[in-house]
Amino acid sequence: MTNELLKIKNLTTSFRIGDEYYAAVDDVSLTLNKNEVLGIVGESGSGKSALAFSIMRLHTRAKIEGEISLNNRNIVEMSKSKLNKIRGDEMAMIFQDPLTALNPLMPIGRQIEETLFLHNKRLGQQGRKKRVIELINLVGIPRAERVYEQFPHELSGGMRQRIIIAIAIANDPELLIADEPTTALDVTIQAQILDLIRELKEKIHAGIILITHDLGVVAEMADRVAVMYAGQIVEIATVERLFENPLHPYTRSLLNSVPTEGQDRLHVIQGVVPSLKNLPRTGCRFAERIPWVDASYHEENPTLHEVESGHFVRCTCHKHFYFLDKKEEQENVVS
Amino acid sequence: MSFLEVKDLQVYFPIKGGIFNRTVDYIKAVDGVSFELEQGKTYGLVGESGSGKSTTGRAIIGLEEVTSGQIFFEGKDITDKKAKNKNFRKDVQMIFQDPYSSLNPRKRVLDIVAEPLRNFEKLSKQEEKKRVQELLDIVNVSTDSIYKYPHEFSGGQRQRIGVARAIALKPKLIIADEPVSALDVSVQAQVLNFLQEIQKELNLTYLFISHDLGVVKHMCDNISIMYKGRYVEQGSTKDIFENPQHIYTKRLIAAIPDIDPKNRDKQFKFRQEVAKEYRESYDTYFDGDGLAFGLQSISNTHKVALPEKG
Repeated sequence: MTNELLKIKNLTTSFRIGDEYYAAVDDVSLTLNKNEVLGIVGESGSGKSALAFSIMRLHTRAKIEGEISLNNRNIVEMSKSKLNKIRGDEMAMIFQDPLTALNPLMPIGRQIEETLFLHNKRLGQQGRKKRVIELINLVGIPRAERVYEQFPHELSGGMRQRIIIAIAIANDPELLIADEPTTALDVTIQAQILDLIRELKEKIHAGIILITHDLGVVAEMADRVAVMYAGQIVEIATVERLFENPLHPYTRSLLNSVPTEGQDRLHVIQGVVPSLKNLPRTGCRFAERIPWVDASYHEENPTLHEVESGHFVRCTCHKHFYFLDKKEEQENVVS
Repeated sequence: MSFLEVKDLQVYFPIKGGIFNRTVDYIKAVDGVSFELEQGKTYGLVGESGSGKSTTGRAIIGLEEVTSGQIFFEGKDITDKKAKNKNFRKDVQMIFQDPYSSLNPRKRVLDIVAEPLRNFEKLSKQEEKKRVQELLDIVNVSTDSIYKYPHEFSGGQRQRIGVARAIALKPKLIIADEPVSALDVSVQAQVLNFLQEIQKELNLTYLFISHDLGVVKHMCDNISIMYKGRYVEQGSTKDIFENPQHIYTKRLIAAIPDIDPKNRDKQFKFRQEVAKEYRESYDTYFDGDGLAFGLQSISNTHKVALPEKG
């Protein structure tokens, strides 16, 4: 219990379209321990970024219901001034796009200093500068004194992403949310950034939520993984179990559509991710993309079931799911 | 005579400066690249951003001006501007990276797909409509959607509309510039499968430009690795993945995330080793300016950029 850093209970984040609210994150419950990396995977439109923004309370117009407690304090009910105290201090975020997340008119040094200035009043000007140089070194950028004076456009994409990480970890946050931290980067740079995040985890002992659509990144980084589809968590397990024994049809389909060795044709999930307005609000949300699975196998109101310790799967349809092109195999298993 | 032959291609972009805005220097985006393509195969062109892989593709199709070098398509030099080569424009098409910005939002699908037809073939309205419907049928987009606009489609559908436009004139060579990098994995799978299908049907040749080695491995017969405007290694998919010779290739391969979490530590160590090797042997693989050397053949299919012996 003492190890629990973040607890999300029945979180629903809704956006208004016209006169009605539609839930983009629908009844999500999660916990994150200290020193743990939780990966959240899903396609675009699955609600994973909406979840991250809800935790940071960065949505300005959304309706947030439920409970998000960080160190036993509920963020959802927090006032703005209190939030500003925690954001950038106790919890911080690494944004996706290093090109737009930095202010192009401000020197790098000052951008990192800003968060120190706001949250760490005891540091004087000299102390702040020293800390900034230290941070730039920490994220692996050479010639820190020079970079301190430089502007974002003078740095490459990978370097900028490192600066964003430096800003995020400036105040040793306990909770770090990384929203697709490497999507905009080349593979070699991605490998470097991931190694950096891993090293930092050891150093600052933060709990990390890693949001990505890249299953390879999750396999390398996460301790536990939550798979999201249409605003809900459909499966959550330790990373070993999830890749060894994926159960939910969506997880299995996703894993199958990644190109791996000895595959002639890649698996394609029928249909498309439903848009927010057209989400089926009752029954199994994945049902319409696996129409060959008999309707009676789905639950009426699918809930998460614990199939083994720490491994939860939504709906009962996974017991009867098979891939269309591998039907025979499946039948052999059953008989 | 090979299908497409590129000889010592150079594309330089001038840097302007000084009092009269004279050209002070050049950025050598593509710096002496040569290769040959055979019909009906898929060639991968891999590199990081800024390596010149897209510029190479764009130069072949004529979107960038070639500084020097020659490109022969079915034996004809297409860099020769005087010889107008209308057929070439018909035979080489491009699929662009971002399906959200490569389709004109104010045009209907009919107009988008029919544009190449209108340029090259004189068809009546009915014939045109019929052809567009046939094309949409090939790419699995519902044929009643010809009067819809691009925003009414999902990313995968849009990319397939882009493909329909590219294959409208029955081209021989398609240059696909990162065709799936803007798409989700499941949609990516759909587009990749589909590209393979139409390749068989139409005997297409692909020049597949990508930074995603996993996708390239899945799609391509032959792979070339580019770094700072030059080729560092070229070979069959097997050569590149099972027997990489150049340190840069090794580094790229080591950087691919492993999908099995059990290999995590192994992968991490492997990457560290490669990184160490990269630092130590940098000078043996790159010249004084940090550029790759010329390609040397080490087997029939495999070429590596190494310094000349002696």
